[in-house]
Amino acid sequence: MSSLARPLPHDAARLHVTGQARYVDDIPTPAGTLHLAFGLSEVAHGVLRGIDLSEVRNCPGVIDVLTAADLPFDNDVSPSAHDEPLLATDRVHYVGQPVFLVIADSHLTARRAARKGRIAIDPLPAILTVDQAMEANSRFEEGPRVYEKGDAKAAIADAMHRLTGTIEVGGQEHFYLEGQAAMALPQDGGDMVIHSSTQHPTEIQHKVAEAVGLPMHAVRVEMRRMGGGFGGKESQGNALAVACAIAARHTGRACKMRYDRDDDMVITGKRHDIRIDYDVGFDDAGRVAGVNFVHKLRCGWAMDLSLPVADRAMLHADNAYHLPTCRIESHRLKTNTQSATAFRGFGGPQGMVGIERVMDHIAHHLGLDPLAVRQVNYYSEAGGPSAPPPPPESISAKMKTEAVQTTPYFMEVEDFELHAITAQLADQAGYAARRAAVAAWNADNAVVKRGVALTPVKFGISFTLTHLNQAGALVHVYSDGSIQVNHGGTEMGQGLFQKMAQVADASFGCGIERIKVTATDTSKVPNTSATAASSGSDLNGMAVRAACEVIKARMAEGVAAYFGCDARDIRFVGGQVSDGAGREISFDEAAQRCYEARISLSSTGYYKTPKVAWDRIAGRGRPFYYFAYGAAMSEVAVDTLTGEYRILRSDIIHDVGASLNPAIDVGQIEGGFVQGAGWLTSEELVWNGDGRLRTHAPSTYKIPACGDRPDVFNVELWSEGRNREDTIYRSKAVGEPPFMLGISALMALSDAVAACGTGYPDLQAPATPERVLAAVNKVRRG
Amino acid sequence: MDIAFLLNGNVTRIPGDQATRPLLDFLRDENHLTGTKEGCNEGDCGACTVILTDADGGRAVNACILLMGQVHGKAIRTVEGLRGPDGDLHPVQDAMIRHHGSQCGFCTPGFVMSMAAAHSNGATDFDTQLAGNLCRCTGYAPIIRAAEDAATMPIPAWMSEDLGALPSAGISTDDVAIPDCIDELADWYAAHPDATLIAGATDVGLWITKHLRTLGPVAFLHRVQGLDLLDFEGDEITIGAGVTVSRLREEIADLSPALAEMLRRYGSTQVRNSATIGGNLANGSPIGDGAPALIALGADIHLRHGAARRSMPLETFFIDYGKQDRVPGEFVEKITVPRAGFDRLRCYKLSKRFDQDISAVCGCFVITVADGVVAEARIAFGGMAGTPKRAKAVEAALIGQPWTEATVQTAIEAFDTDFTPMSDMRASAEYRQSAARNMLMRYVLEDQGAAVNVLEVTP
Repeated sequence: MSSLARPLPHDAARLHVTGQARYVDDIPTPAGTLHLAFGLSEVAHGVLRGIDLSEVRNCPGVIDVLTAADLPFDNDVSPSAHDEPLLATDRVHYVGQPVFLVIADSHLTARRAARKGRIAIDPLPAILTVDQAMEANSRFEEGPRVYEKGDAKAAIADAMHRLTGTIEVGGQEHFYLEGQAAMALPQDGGDMVIHSSTQHPTEIQHKVAEAVGLPMHAVRVEMRRMGGGFGGKESQGNALAVACAIAARHTGRACKMRYDRDDDMVITGKRHDIRIDYDVGFDDAGRVAGVNFVHKLRCGWAMDLSLPVADRAMLHADNAYHLPTCRIESHRLKTNTQSATAFRGFGGPQGMVGIERVMDHIAHHLGLDPLAVRQVNYYSEAGGPSAPPPPPESISAKMKTEAVQTTPYFMEVEDFELHAITAQLADQAGYAARRAAVAAWNADNAVVKRGVALTPVKFGISFTLTHLNQAGALVHVYSDGSIQVNHGGTEMGQGLFQKMAQVADASFGCGIERIKVTATDTSKVPNTSATAASSGSDLNGMAVRAACEVIKARMAEGVAAYFGCDARDIRFVGGQVSDGAGREISFDEAAQRCYEARISLSSTGYYKTPKVAWDRIAGRGRPFYYFAYGAAMSEVAVDTLTGEYRILRSDIIHDVGASLNPAIDVGQIEGGFVQGAGWLTSEELVWNGDGRLRTHAPSTYKIPACGDRPDVFNVELWSEGRNREDTIYRSKAVGEPPFMLGISALMALSDAVAACGTGYPDLQAPATPERVLAAVNKVRRG
Repeated sequence: MDIAFLLNGNVTRIPGDQATRPLLDFLRDENHLTGTKEGCNEGDCGACTVILTDADGGRAVNACILLMGQVHGKAIRTVEGLRGPDGDLHPVQDAMIRHHGSQCGFCTPGFVMSMAAAHSNGATDFDTQLAGNLCRCTGYAPIIRAAEDAATMPIPAWMSEDLGALPSAGISTDDVAIPDCIDELADWYAAHPDATLIAGATDVGLWITKHLRTLGPVAFLHRVQGLDLLDFEGDEITIGAGVTVSRLREEIADLSPALAEMLRRYGSTQVRNSATIGGNLANGSPIGDGAPALIALGADIHLRHGAARRSMPLETFFIDYGKQDRVPGEFVEKITVPRAGFDRLRCYKLSKRFDQDISAVCGCFVITVADGVVAEARIAFGGMAGTPKRAKAVEAALIGQPWTEATVQTAIEAFDTDFTPMSDMRASAEYRQSAARNMLMRYVLEDQGAAVNVLEVTP
């Protein structure tokens, strides 16, 4: 029996708990290693007049200081539009933008010296808010993107009921525990070896190669593990790696850079904040006839990944609900703030909050149970490959178009699982009884109010930029039977390496102890996509299996020749290779015999996702191979005197298909939920009127602490889960989808606040105690 | 003169001129003990947690803001020293593996050190024990399961080997003093009035790690005998300036559950294990939580300069933002608090996050009621002005009135007389003002038996 689907611990768990797991900053450095720090702009927008670096240079231990003029080749660290200089040129665009680079003999010396630069800037008016950006028409792309299905305007106008509203949802700092870090080791002939805490080694390779004027083959990037990524290390590590490479080229010495936490938070991008205006028409049952959304996202000063992020927000504006007519207008606003970037969910969560707010608002308006309103709007159970066959009378073209409903971007929803998941969760968690209990409590208690909400998640899986949906692997079987697996994915804590080892074990049946997954390395697997979009296991798992199956087939031939049997009879099970008729040798012996028989025991593997095709301008097509589903029910208690609150209990059922490793998957769900709830509750980013981020450390930016997780926290994998598409062992992606289960906490808060009076809470996010109290006061006013 | 301490059981010495170097840098840069991580470099994330042991036992502390002078004579155990001599895992390490308590693993060494310290101390209030360790991956659930599991396992024998920490003598030079008694401290400080006093370094540490300051002459207070006096006898209790917040919380729990509960949310376990009540007051912060509680209780602060001593009501010590009634060379020796107020003390600490968060508003109240009428009222707030400050107009509006919602409804109008709070990243002025008013309402409702505390609501 292979280790596939078993709840094995993380492959590095023992190294983690003993402090031996090595991160970039822990790698022993060569003698003479230099350390870097950026000098930062203190002005949100302005013309760079000059930089006085004399005091910086005079600091003992400073080796050199570089400005844009000193850079040998491309001055760009952008992942997209070539609009993000490593060091500012003629203008500065936000408070925290790197302007000069200090090279010094220690991290502390570099930091200290970086503060002594005098940067002369003529300030220009800064665009800091959504309103300012809209007024100035400061945006990426020529105008808003619009996706439209049917005539939403007419449907809303004709509907029995109509509501409009606005919800603001704040951004989110990644707060990976390990800050950004990189090290460059100069090699023969100017080649570079880079260690970078990155989700995207190939992009680091690409940007470093451009910056030091080398072809990509001269740059090797290695990444063993990150101390958390969450999207914050998809593009935001470029600046450090490029700076290290340039400084290493300049000095001929190893160069290393890590951001102090405050610098990290001031310099790097965060989740996009969004303002969503909605206008919805619906009937007495709360069934939506049409909805019009306007998304306004603050993208910051550079494009980064904002276009696909904003696209994905639009692609999740429906969440789990069939919207017969729908219009989504998306403004990607350019502001003088950090360049907002990828963050778990990649815009999806923002889009989803919009429609969940609409459901909540409709239910409040009609006095209906919010779950009933949600369910009446769910996509219909549709026939995918594993669905029960439809009754004969429904096999007609007309019936088919009715049965398979489409999203606002015209993709057929063929794998909808939420009717069953919701029913099971509502039953297990006692939705109806607890709603009654909450109502009874609220009738008896004037100060502390309770609320409960059950919200679904439907999340699209695939990179919306279709060509990214590919992956490679490289597998070696050594003559002693040990196996080295390498693939294009990076390990940031999500347990990808262990899952990949389990996938390899499923092929070879050799026992997971024989398998080592090694550091991601651009010289082993080239041209990789970022480990992002929840794609790590889906893409790399298929590539690993492909490589393993090639070797396995060759080994079967070799062992069959040795046994004198047909290769088709050879079985790899339990560390043995057998002919199924009594002859067997150990896997180790098989490897040795194959080696001696001159059989190649190394192979690459490759995979590309089928079926996906998408036109992001028209808003039509199939951007996603499939959807992942889940539902969460949360109960909260709110102090209506101060707005303080706690999550008392959360129950979750989540669909990971047929799990590759249930322990790792449960871990992703628990962690995703808490991170998602944090985004919508305590995690508040505050900028002042000068565009300076005031919450740039954990003293002021509050991610959930231990006591903020729900008192009772029941997380379950959906027992019926099995991907209807042909993914790696029918599993489903799990990285991002559970994040949005946290929306249940926001809706439960809204429910509790609604118990204070007759008005709609109109609760904004993050729902800090201050915002909750404001909502309480609003409800009381009626 | 050298600073000497035990590092994972080995006697370690460094020159005294490195007294203000953070322990974390010493561990990682000089000793290649890279298991201890830097997450925030300000004592808020716990990734750098190590165990510090002395005669009072072992406790979790943040190495990033623990200065080398503070470890003089103590024992430090890092994650590299947590396994047994034969490489056996500590029960918390083993449980973390079995319960999938690590994902990215970066916070893990800090967690296991906090968990090991709690394990040794028999503490099982894990949400509080681990409030100073942030994890961004797991959502904490598996970590708590691991902690609960490990709690049933015995303490490994090797964990007691640090207990008799290193015998060592005090240090006294012009640059660094690590005095052993109050008189010695008083003399040295009077002679070096520009020096910086360092007790827990939970604030001073940030001057070094974030403001990148060099401090000049420093005196470390952790060895000063008498400064750690805690005396609960008589009508007036005495709290030495060097008493840690952890110890005060523990020992005052019977006398004042309200104060102990507020102190439970003061910083984190690691911060409370280092921070002292004297530092909290002398620092003069308008958002420190110690001052409003002690002012409401009617505490006096006792200062010393050389041989001279003086005292004053604590509220008058805070003159203005950043300005206290303290001259160079003068230090806080102790605080005395009338016992009478404790019964009626209520402390309401308001922040975005319950644990380990600086208060937006901290309201502390002692309202004495006789025959249904307010006899005495002392109300003090943090976060509402440039200093910790009493709400005298509100007090006046209460005294002599029946202790009812109606009285409170009238009295809270006086908050506008007492306070004009500011807006910042923690809260707006309007929210501060309305929350402060509602805190008084919470007190009267609590007295009437209403459920007012969300922390006490169960699922």
